[in-house]
Amino acid sequence: MNHWEVVIGIETHAQLATRSKIFSGSPTAFGAEPNVQANAIDIALPGVLPVLNKGAVECAIRFGLAVGAEIAPRSVFARKNYFYPDLPKGYQISQYELPVVVGGQVVIQVGEAVKTVHLTRAHLEEDAGKSLHEAVGQPFRGKSGIDLNRAGTPLLEIVTEPDMRSAAEAVAYARALHTLVRWIGICDGNMQEGSFRCDANVSVRPVGQANFGTRREIKNLNSFRFMQQAIDYEVQWQIATLEDGGCIEQATVLFDPETGETRAMRSKEDAHDYRYFPDPDLLPLVIDRPWIERVQGELPELPTAKRERLTADYGLSAYDALLLTASAELAAYYEASVGAAGRSNAKACANWMMVDLAARLNRENREITDAPVSARQLGGMVARIADGTISTTIARKIFDALWNGEGDSADEIIDKQGLRQITDSGALESLIDTLLAANANMVAEFRAGKEKAFNALVGQVMKASKGKANPQQVNELLRKKLG
Amino acid sequence: MIERSLHELARALASKEISSVELTQLYLDRIASHDPQLNAYISVDPERSLAQARQADARLAKGEGGPLTGIPIAQKDIFCAKDWLTSCGSKMLSNFISPYDATVIRRFAEAGAVLLGKTNMDEFAMGSSNETSFYGPVRNPWRLDCVPGGSSGGSAAAVAARLCPAATGTDTGGSIRQPAALCNLTGLKPTYGVVSRWGMIAFASSLDQAGPLARSATDCAALLNAMAGFDERDSTSLDRPGEDYARDIAAPAGAKPLAGLRIGLPKEFFGEGCRPEVMRLIDAAIAGYRELGATTVAVDLPNMKLSVAAYYVIASAEASSNLARFDGVRYGYRAPEYRDLNEMYGRSRAQGFGAEVKRRILVGTYVLSHGYYDAYYLQAQRIRRLIAGDFAEAFRHCDVILGPTSPTTAFRLGEKASDPVQMYLSDIYTIAVNLAGLPGMSIPCGFADGLPVGLQLIGDYFTEARLLNVAHRYQHANPWHRQAPTGFV
Amino acid sequence: MSLTLEQVRRVAHLARIEISDVEAGHTLDRLNEIFSLIEEMQAVDTQGIEPMAHAQDLAQRLREDCPLESGRLAMRDVFQAIAPETEAGLYLVPKVIE
Repeated sequence: MNHWEVVIGIETHAQLATRSKIFSGSPTAFGAEPNVQANAIDIALPGVLPVLNKGAVECAIRFGLAVGAEIAPRSVFARKNYFYPDLPKGYQISQYELPVVVGGQVVIQVGEAVKTVHLTRAHLEEDAGKSLHEAVGQPFRGKSGIDLNRAGTPLLEIVTEPDMRSAAEAVAYARALHTLVRWIGICDGNMQEGSFRCDANVSVRPVGQANFGTRREIKNLNSFRFMQQAIDYEVQWQIATLEDGGCIEQATVLFDPETGETRAMRSKEDAHDYRYFPDPDLLPLVIDRPWIERVQGELPELPTAKRERLTADYGLSAYDALLLTASAELAAYYEASVGAAGRSNAKACANWMMVDLAARLNRENREITDAPVSARQLGGMVARIADGTISTTIARKIFDALWNGEGDSADEIIDKQGLRQITDSGALESLIDTLLAANANMVAEFRAGKEKAFNALVGQVMKASKGKANPQQVNELLRKKLG
Repeated sequence: MIERSLHELARALASKEISSVELTQLYLDRIASHDPQLNAYISVDPERSLAQARQADARLAKGEGGPLTGIPIAQKDIFCAKDWLTSCGSKMLSNFISPYDATVIRRFAEAGAVLLGKTNMDEFAMGSSNETSFYGPVRNPWRLDCVPGGSSGGSAAAVAARLCPAATGTDTGGSIRQPAALCNLTGLKPTYGVVSRWGMIAFASSLDQAGPLARSATDCAALLNAMAGFDERDSTSLDRPGEDYARDIAAPAGAKPLAGLRIGLPKEFFGEGCRPEVMRLIDAAIAGYRELGATTVAVDLPNMKLSVAAYYVIASAEASSNLARFDGVRYGYRAPEYRDLNEMYGRSRAQGFGAEVKRRILVGTYVLSHGYYDAYYLQAQRIRRLIAGDFAEAFRHCDVILGPTSPTTAFRLGEKASDPVQMYLSDIYTIAVNLAGLPGMSIPCGFADGLPVGLQLIGDYFTEARLLNVAHRYQHANPWHRQAPTGFV
Repeated sequence: MSLTLEQVRRVAHLARIEISDVEAGHTLDRLNEIFSLIEEMQAVDTQGIEPMAHAQDLAQRLREDCPLESGRLAMRDVFQAIAPETEAGLYLVPKVIE
């Protein structure tokens, strides 16, 4: 596939983390009984009217500022007209010609390469309800059941330029965006519950061709793995089709995780004609400078800025910085641990987080936010390794003890369990002498040239000290004595 | 009792001359005996109304009554009223018992008014004759083989025949003013945004506005005082300080009460198209205004001739979208037989909507569809701005604009029913006011061949109090509005 | 201009209004009459005129993000009492095909 270029643009629907819906006062909590979170507005009774939720607008402003976009001083809500049972009004309130966020960019990293993905726009709209085709235990006799709890939940639809050139780039973008929306607190990012859904517009063209090929839109990708698989499949299908002399028809397709294939939707029947027009029930959304400035002032340090600071100030590699800024919570944990350990131990804190802590969290299926070892505890422990109070081996024991709640700090556990490293030469020497006397055969082996015997002797000393001897010192003293 | 003004009724209730229950029963009895001739009401519910009347009496007994407490008011069936059938004149909603109250209904209830019944109307307020109602046409009390006008035809017929003291209407292109004219009533369409649209079933959201239909300007002022006010549930509701719309009427006045008032006469209102017998009475009314001290000035509304075209594009476009929610899924009519989802939609809507509603949905769908949006919808919105600009310019030279409300008196049932374009043209003088969002009134100004003629008064934004006063002073000197149709007394 | 029968059918389909062939022909005549009325607009030069979508030139008012305690079973029962077909709290429709 060397002579084909892949072109991908992504549309993401991020459910905004507001407490109430975008045009009604219904709560937005997930998982309620069917239709109990659907009020008169959500079920579109005759005569009801929408009023815009300020919180949703504020989320859009936060996002726009976070991606360096223009916040439109005046934007317009439009009706997108189509019939579908989960769309109670027969139209979706969205933004069309004048969206609230214009432009902006997201920087992504694939391997060593850094790339900028440009955003076209981001606009506010309402989510639809859900059609349940075959709910468990409720066959509905060939019917669909409609639940409107989700109808009216605020969405920010974020649209990119066709800037991505591989599935890997598309996934990197989706991940970066996923990090960002959670980072700035506008979306919980829960992909299983559908809070963050991506559609990928995929086309291919011969390298060097200026025009884009015909694209197909893969709908509702709700995991990064599926996104990778779906795009990979779609790309090879499009190339195979073209190389067989076929042509691509514009279509909306679904990814089937069972087969790993994409297939065109059956219901496309008539080419949609959404008949957009400005919603007469809603006036233009006006956002003034003071509001934008206030939101700007409330924005946290953004992932890119934080990454730059971590590499510059803490000497982290770009890769480490990327991993530690995967979420605001992770970054906060990291910075708090460095605060406790001291800046000179920043690299060690990063290693502990990415190796021991990450493994343990992963094993117990926990999030960083409910890690039993706090950032202060981890940082305190790292500081004790650095000042020679404990060895790395002992540190692992202390980490376990902290994890199990056996003490409030590394210091407390060190004291309580007597884990302080033995660095006193006199004490170490007498320990070594005792062991040498008891292991004359090993000494003989070593003298006969067996290097392995030396390591065995070090092991004996460490064991006798219950791991508390400073291994470096033991090495040196042993060499001298056997010298 | 049935000729008394709302003011006089309030006094009679306060002085215990009559109770609210008695007054309500009186009107329920009149409805029972006279409405079969007119078909002005879609539903009456004596138990419910009398229960409200008893509450009003309790309130009056405690001396807590307001100007409308205990007075029965008829409500156009476009307003959702909790536990009442709210049909909007359509088969589509012929089984719709509303689970909630419109703001207008709530405000009347809070004022202590009694909901006397829901009045007939053109289906979804689309019509100028009340012939498109699923519940059958309404007859004009002044001549039973004529239409009462529309779309608030049931309200107009009910007030004219004294089957209620006063009623509400809604006006998208003339639906309060035209039936007022055809039934010898006073009707006011307020500035867009003055009365909340919450719970008022939408026809064309950017044009719809509710208002009073009553016998006099004084009664209209009393009703508007109850109806108007900011409502946070309607994004287009205007957040303005409350006002007493009767204040100008109440102000003392001398022999020339309208001295200094400049009345604009647009030549577009006085050209051909208006029947001469109507025009004669309009001219007489202008003379009457001069006697009250007003002066007249010629003004120009050069784009008014385009208002019908622009209106039918904008109103139909909005309606096509507003009526998409009637899909047989969550409430309303669902066709009995269908094989799949699209057939359920297609049949429920084909059977649930009447011919005129379907025509407008199709027109609206077409003008919004791909390739036609710019030529029709945007062009109509640009013309809308030109029309609003015409009024702004005219109001630099005058305080109110005067002209006929309707080019004809009440026409015969069936006369225009099969000719939509002729029907649309009967709103030629009223539509521009909705496009601009201005307040407009119709008041009685005499009779031609025994049928009432209406005079239209148009004010600048938020000048309802002045407009009502301008109407009131004329009515005080020329009491055409006191004439009642025979056969209903 | 005048519409074609095919356009009438397409628009009726977009609006989900079932229409028979006889009705379509009749509707076509009526719509053409209406459009002949509307056409007079086309001659007007409106270049540079800003389309007017609302009667008042105002900005959208915003609601504070406070959920109302409306999400309760009792409310659903009230709403579904007037629904054509429901089961287990869901509105039922003929099977939706993706």
